[in-house]
Amino acid sequence: MSVNDSLLVVVLAQAVLYGTPLLYAALGELLAERSGVLNLGVEGMMLFGAAFGYWVTQEVHGSDAAVLPLAVLGAAVSGAAMAAIHAFLTITMRASQIVSGLALTIFAGGLGLSAYFGTELHLADKTATHQLGSINVFGLRSVPVLGPVLFDQPALVYASWGLTLAVALYLTRTRWGLNVRAVGEAPASADAMGIAVARYRYVHVLAGGALAGVGGACYSLSITPGWVAGDTLVNGAGWIAIALVIFSFWRAELCLAGAYLFGGLSALPFALQANEELQHLPAGVLRTPEPYQALPYVLTIAVLVVVSTTFAKRRLGAPAALGTPYVREER
Amino acid sequence: MTVRLERRLDQPWWLNVAVPAGSLAVAFGIMGIVLVASGHSPWHTYRELWISAFTGSGALSATLISATPILFTGLAAAVAFRMQLFNIGAEGQLYVGAVGASFVALKMGDHGVTSTPLYVLAMCVAGGLLGALWALIPGALRAFAHTNEILTSLMLNYVAGYFITYLIFDSASYWRDISTLQARTFPQGKPLPSPAEWSTFGSSVVVPLGFVLGLVLAAGVWVLYSRTRFGFEVSVIADSPRAARYAGMKTRRKILAVMALSGLIAGIGGASQIGDFTHTLDPSGLQGAAFGYTGIVVAALARYNPIAVCVVAVLIGGLQNAGFTLQGVDFPSGLVGVMQGIILFCALGGELFLRYRLRVARRPRAQAATAGPASPEGAG
Repeated sequence: MSVNDSLLVVVLAQAVLYGTPLLYAALGELLAERSGVLNLGVEGMMLFGAAFGYWVTQEVHGSDAAVLPLAVLGAAVSGAAMAAIHAFLTITMRASQIVSGLALTIFAGGLGLSAYFGTELHLADKTATHQLGSINVFGLRSVPVLGPVLFDQPALVYASWGLTLAVALYLTRTRWGLNVRAVGEAPASADAMGIAVARYRYVHVLAGGALAGVGGACYSLSITPGWVAGDTLVNGAGWIAIALVIFSFWRAELCLAGAYLFGGLSALPFALQANEELQHLPAGVLRTPEPYQALPYVLTIAVLVVVSTTFAKRRLGAPAALGTPYVREER
Repeated sequence: MTVRLERRLDQPWWLNVAVPAGSLAVAFGIMGIVLVASGHSPWHTYRELWISAFTGSGALSATLISATPILFTGLAAAVAFRMQLFNIGAEGQLYVGAVGASFVALKMGDHGVTSTPLYVLAMCVAGGLLGALWALIPGALRAFAHTNEILTSLMLNYVAGYFITYLIFDSASYWRDISTLQARTFPQGKPLPSPAEWSTFGSSVVVPLGFVLGLVLAAGVWVLYSRTRFGFEVSVIADSPRAARYAGMKTRRKILAVMALSGLIAGIGGASQIGDFTHTLDPSGLQGAAFGYTGIVVAALARYNPIAVCVVAVLIGGLQNAGFTLQGVDFPSGLVGVMQGIILFCALGGELFLRYRLRVARRPRAQAATAGPASPEGAG
């Protein structure tokens, strides 16, 4: 058995793979929150993106190279379409961001639009024809430890690295990024400077939805190719992505690290269940899947608690205007 | 011509009727478009919905069955949301409530208790207590560690879900029926002793005891929130946390109390689900129904008013019941969720018109004239 088959390397490689949808969704949520709009609809947008992207692979015929980018694009557009509802309600109609986001998750989620779309188009009965397989970059797959973790992943993983860099640079090094932060921190001042607050918020909420859609497509096109009725495909990842934004103190580069941490947590149940050593445990709680399945959620709570206590001490992070609608007449 | 929003200084009484009615009309219009787009006739679908929800034979009784759990979870959400405390963990709190209630009912059955009122009381106490304790986890984390209660209460839904699955599917727990070979192969919960089945009222329309209990709780919450010091402090904390602090209100204690109350109600909802309907702990049924999440829709549509929650719970219960009856080619699964979402979106959007009025104003001429010919765009 080579080092690349050891539990640690397997978990690390899975952490990157399972962390990628979280990373896309979290970067999207980061953009929206930095502009001052909290969107709790991530779970719903991810699930609908997953369904729509998968539908595209079923409907469009052609080579993988032609179909798959189209599917990812479709997922992004469908995610953005869902986010548009939230943007309209919270920015134009000044509705509560929390309630609207929850409504979006209920509307688009596993008991709503995604399920409707999936049953109407019989997505669950179809076998996955196009999927994003792993790419052996420069033939480096067999390099010990680093090979499986970094050089044997699907294309969306590599793209996510570029995206993280782009978002980090955008927010800290460009005029637009500065404007976004102004809109999220002090919309009245931003408005006085001549920044179109509503337009910035719309654009970033839509971009957030698009990235959540791509995050969902990571599941239906790559991690577990296919469509399952219900909400088991995404299974709370959208919520973990929102937790991740808090964890990363609203910074893109920390999102990357956090995504792999949370990705590792999500992958742990599978790795632990497949681990031979655990098969020798005496019959009991630890031989059943549930403790491992519940583990990521418990650990997410633990991480959130640790982060929020330090967070309160240092007063880091959250955009000052997060969650509040901006009304020029009432500033 | 420009459209401007102006804050209303006072709300005319008719707005409180006109806005929800208008929102609902818009929602049905949008749903009609969705239905036409997916090749269904809206008129036919709406008619079928109405009949299966309310006017068909036995429809209202079935609707009350659907309405009972979401009455509890709707109240649970309303109680917490009213204080800007977003407990979205009613789902999990209902699960653990069901675990507690079924435990005491089975234990009492083992001891040969035969009095139904005693069962109802014990199940409500056990279910409510466990629900409250489960809700106190995110409550305490919020009160003492400033942890976002939305995320923690949601994460605990998954944990509670895996817990009840474990109890029935992957262990030989006290709740699981392992008396027969068939029960060992196809895991299921132990059936409750027959006196633990809650009674019903009425004959032509069957009203479950749980529904009546929910109405009583709603009245209690209404009194608590509009007639007591506690309720007053809750609304001050909701509207202005800073003012509450200056006035010496104990915010931390209120968070714990409101979360516990919210969890208590959801937990009693779990007890009612077991006692009124399933008579056994059924993890797949509970998790498939998503009572907790529907409760959020109910609470939001009722604008967190406990009395309105009762009405909305029956309406949404009707929609759910009809969706369940009609499920098939003409009424695919997921449509009910889509409809709930659209109604909620329209209600949220409609609230704007309660607070603001639309002013359609022509471009002011006088201003353009004073700006002079040198800068004709100046007034734009």
